[in-house]
Amino acid sequence: MNPFIIIALREFTSRVKNKTFILMSIIGPLAIGALLVIPALFSNLDEDPKKLLVVDNSYLLLGTEKISKHSFQYLNPEEFDEESAISAVREKEIYDGLLFLPPSENGDPDFILRNTRLYSKGDIGIDLTRDIERRLGKLATEEKLKINGVDPSLVKNSTTIVNIKNLNLTEKGSEASSLPLKMAIGFGASFFIYMFTFFYSAQIMRGVIEEKTSRIVEVMITSVKPTQLLLGKIIGIAGVGLLQFLILIAFSTIIYSVAGSIGLLGSDISEVTPGGAIMENTESQTVLNEVIESFKTFNIPKLIGFFVFYWLGGYLLYGALFAAAGSAVDAEADTQQFMIPLTVPLLITLMLATPMMQEPNGTLAVWLSLIPFSSPLAMMIRLPFGGVQTYEIALSMILLIIGFLGTTWISAKIYRVGILTYGKKASYKDLYKWLRRK
Amino acid sequence: MNAIQSFGIDKQYENHVALHPLDLSVPEGSVFGLLGPNGAGKTTLLRIINQIISPDNGSVSFYGQKIDSSDSRHIGYLPEERGLYKKMKVGEQSMYLAQLKGLSRNEARKRLHWWFKKWGLETWWDKKVEELSKGMAQKIQFITTVLHEPKLLIFDEPFSGLDPVNAALIRDEMLRIRKEGATIVLSTHRMESVEELCSHIALLNHGEKILDGTVNEIRESHRNGNFRLSYRSNEPITLSLPNQVEMSQNLRDFNKGICIAEIQSMKLNSSEIISALAPQVDTIRFEEIIPSMNDIFIKSVEK
Repeated sequence: MNPFIIIALREFTSRVKNKTFILMSIIGPLAIGALLVIPALFSNLDEDPKKLLVVDNSYLLLGTEKISKHSFQYLNPEEFDEESAISAVREKEIYDGLLFLPPSENGDPDFILRNTRLYSKGDIGIDLTRDIERRLGKLATEEKLKINGVDPSLVKNSTTIVNIKNLNLTEKGSEASSLPLKMAIGFGASFFIYMFTFFYSAQIMRGVIEEKTSRIVEVMITSVKPTQLLLGKIIGIAGVGLLQFLILIAFSTIIYSVAGSIGLLGSDISEVTPGGAIMENTESQTVLNEVIESFKTFNIPKLIGFFVFYWLGGYLLYGALFAAAGSAVDAEADTQQFMIPLTVPLLITLMLATPMMQEPNGTLAVWLSLIPFSSPLAMMIRLPFGGVQTYEIALSMILLIIGFLGTTWISAKIYRVGILTYGKKASYKDLYKWLRRK
Repeated sequence: MNAIQSFGIDKQYENHVALHPLDLSVPEGSVFGLLGPNGAGKTTLLRIINQIISPDNGSVSFYGQKIDSSDSRHIGYLPEERGLYKKMKVGEQSMYLAQLKGLSRNEARKRLHWWFKKWGLETWWDKKVEELSKGMAQKIQFITTVLHEPKLLIFDEPFSGLDPVNAALIRDEMLRIRKEGATIVLSTHRMESVEELCSHIALLNHGEKILDGTVNEIRESHRNGNFRLSYRSNEPITLSLPNQVEMSQNLRDFNKGICIAEIQSMKLNSSEIISALAPQVDTIRFEEIIPSMNDIFIKSVEK
C-alpha cells in the first residue's frame, strides 16, 4: 500500500476511534437538534388554565369570560375595593390572581389602563399577561373610536394586511426571494466554514507538534518523505472533518423529520394562541409559507456542493500553513506569534459579512470572493443571493486550488526543516531561510 | 563491494559548515563505527545517507548504485532523536511502522509476534506506548528498525538509556544480524562498544574526517612503543636498559610485592626488550600497550 494512504488512514482512524470524536459526533448534532426542538416542545406544553378574579370598575371588559383558556370571575365593584378583592383571592385557593381595573370619572381609557393591576400568586405567565394586555388594548381602541364617533366595525373592515411578495428576476422567469433566509444561509455557511477550518487546522498543528515532541518524526521520515507525512496527515484529518459533517447532516435530517412527523415544527405558531391575536397569526403563517416557498427556490444540493468545495479548499489552504507553524515550534504555547497572521484574514472576512450581504455583488464582495485567503467565506456569503457570474465562480475556485497548492508547497519546505529543528524558537527570518534551503 | 560510498558530500547551513566534502566507504558486511565529538557532523552524515536531507554537493551510492528513495526499504535507521506515538498501542504502532517499510499486514504481524515472543513482550501488545519504560520503548524501536530485514542498518547512539543487560541484548542481536549478512553503521560515544563491535571506524571532527580504517589498522598505526613489565618485588629494582630504550616510570603497584615498569622504545620490538629485561627480574607479565580507541579518539580530536 502507498505509505501516503497508510498515514492518512492512521490519522483518520486514530481520531475517529477517539472517545472525544464519538462524543462530539453524537452529542453535537443532538445538542443542535435539542436547541431546535426543545423551545418548540415547551411552547407547545399546555399551560394550566388560570382562574382570575376581576374587579372591573370601568366595565371595559364587560362580557369577556375567557381569554384563551383562562377564565374570569367577576366581583361586584360596588362590594369590593382593591383591598378586599386581594384578601378574597388570598382566601380562596382556586383563584390564581386578581385583575383590578380602577374606576375612572370621565371614562378615559388611557387612565384606566395606566392604573390596571394584575395581582397573582406566584408567576402568572408571560403569555396570559400579554393576552390580557392585547385584549384590553383592543377594547380601549374601540372605546376611543366610539368616543370620537367612529364605528369600530368600520375600522375593522377597512384594515388591510399587506404582504408584498418579493420576486427575483432570473433567466427562466421569476422566483420568490427571501432576504433574511439568504442572509441566514450565507452567514451560517461561512461561519461553519470558519469554525471547521480552524478546528481542524489546529488539529493538524497539534499533530505535527506531537510528532515533534514525541521524537517519532525522524523515525517516520526515514520511511516516507516529509511531504507524504504532511499530506497524509492533512488528508486524514480532512476525512475526519467530512465524516463529522456527514454525521451532522444525517442526524439533522433524522431529527428534523422525526420532529416534523410528530408535529413539533411548523405547527406551533398557529396553535399556541387560538382565538388570540388573529392578525399576527395570519402574518406569521404567511412568513412561514414564504420561507418554505423560498427554501424550495434554492438549489440545495448545489449549495452543499459549493459548501464542501470551499470548506475543503479553505481547510487545505490554512491547514498546510498551520502544519508549517506547528513544525517550527517545540510546544503549542510557542505558536502564538504565528497565529495572528493565520487567523486574521478569515476573521476580517467574517466581520465584513454584513457589508457584503448588503451588496453581494459589490466590489468588496467580489474581490473577497476571489482572493483564496477569504474566498471560502466570502463566496458562501454571496452564493445564496444569486447573481454570481459563472466566470467569477470558476476563477474563484481555480484561484483557491492554486492557493492551497501554493501554501502546501511553501509549508512542505518549512515543514521538512522545522520538524528536525529543536530547541531554538524560530522567527519569521528563520522560516524564510528554511524556505530557501536546498 | 561497499554498502555505502560517499563522494565529496558536503552540507552547509546558514551560519556554519556541518560537513566538509567527505569521501567515505562502508564495506559490505562490516560493523562501521562513526565516531566524533558532539557537533562533528555525524547526524548530518547519517541524515544524508537516509535521504532525510540532501547534500549541497556530491553523491552517495548504495551497493554500487546511486541512492534513491526506493532504497529506504533496504535501510533501517534508528535515529538519536527517537520516539513513538504516545497514545497508540504498542502492537498497533509496530504494525504501522512495519507497513510503512513495505511489509504486508500478515508478514508484519508474523515477524512482530516472533520478536515479541523472543523478548517476552507479548503482554505489552495491547498496552499504550506511554506506559512503556524507556528501556522497553528502546527495545520496541530496535525491533521496528530491523523488522523489515534491511541490508543496511544505521544506529545512532543505540545504547543510550539502556541498562547493561538490555545493552548486551541489543549488542548480541546486532552481531547476529551482521552474521546474517547485513551491514551495520554505528554512531556512538561509547568507546568500549566500538572496540567490542566495530570492524571499521571513521572519526569525524568539525565536519571533517580525520581518521578511518579497520579498528586493527588504526590501533596498529597508533602504536607508540609503550611496553609494560610487571615483576615480583617489594621495592622497584633498578633495571639496566639496552640502547634506545627509555624508562618512563618504575613504581610499586598497589598490590603488595608487585612492581610495574613502563618502558618506551620506538626501535626495538617486544621480544628484543623482554630478552634484555627478563633475566634481571622475576617477571609476571610483559605487554605492549596499544592505545585504546578512547585514547586515539581523545588524542585525535585534541590535535
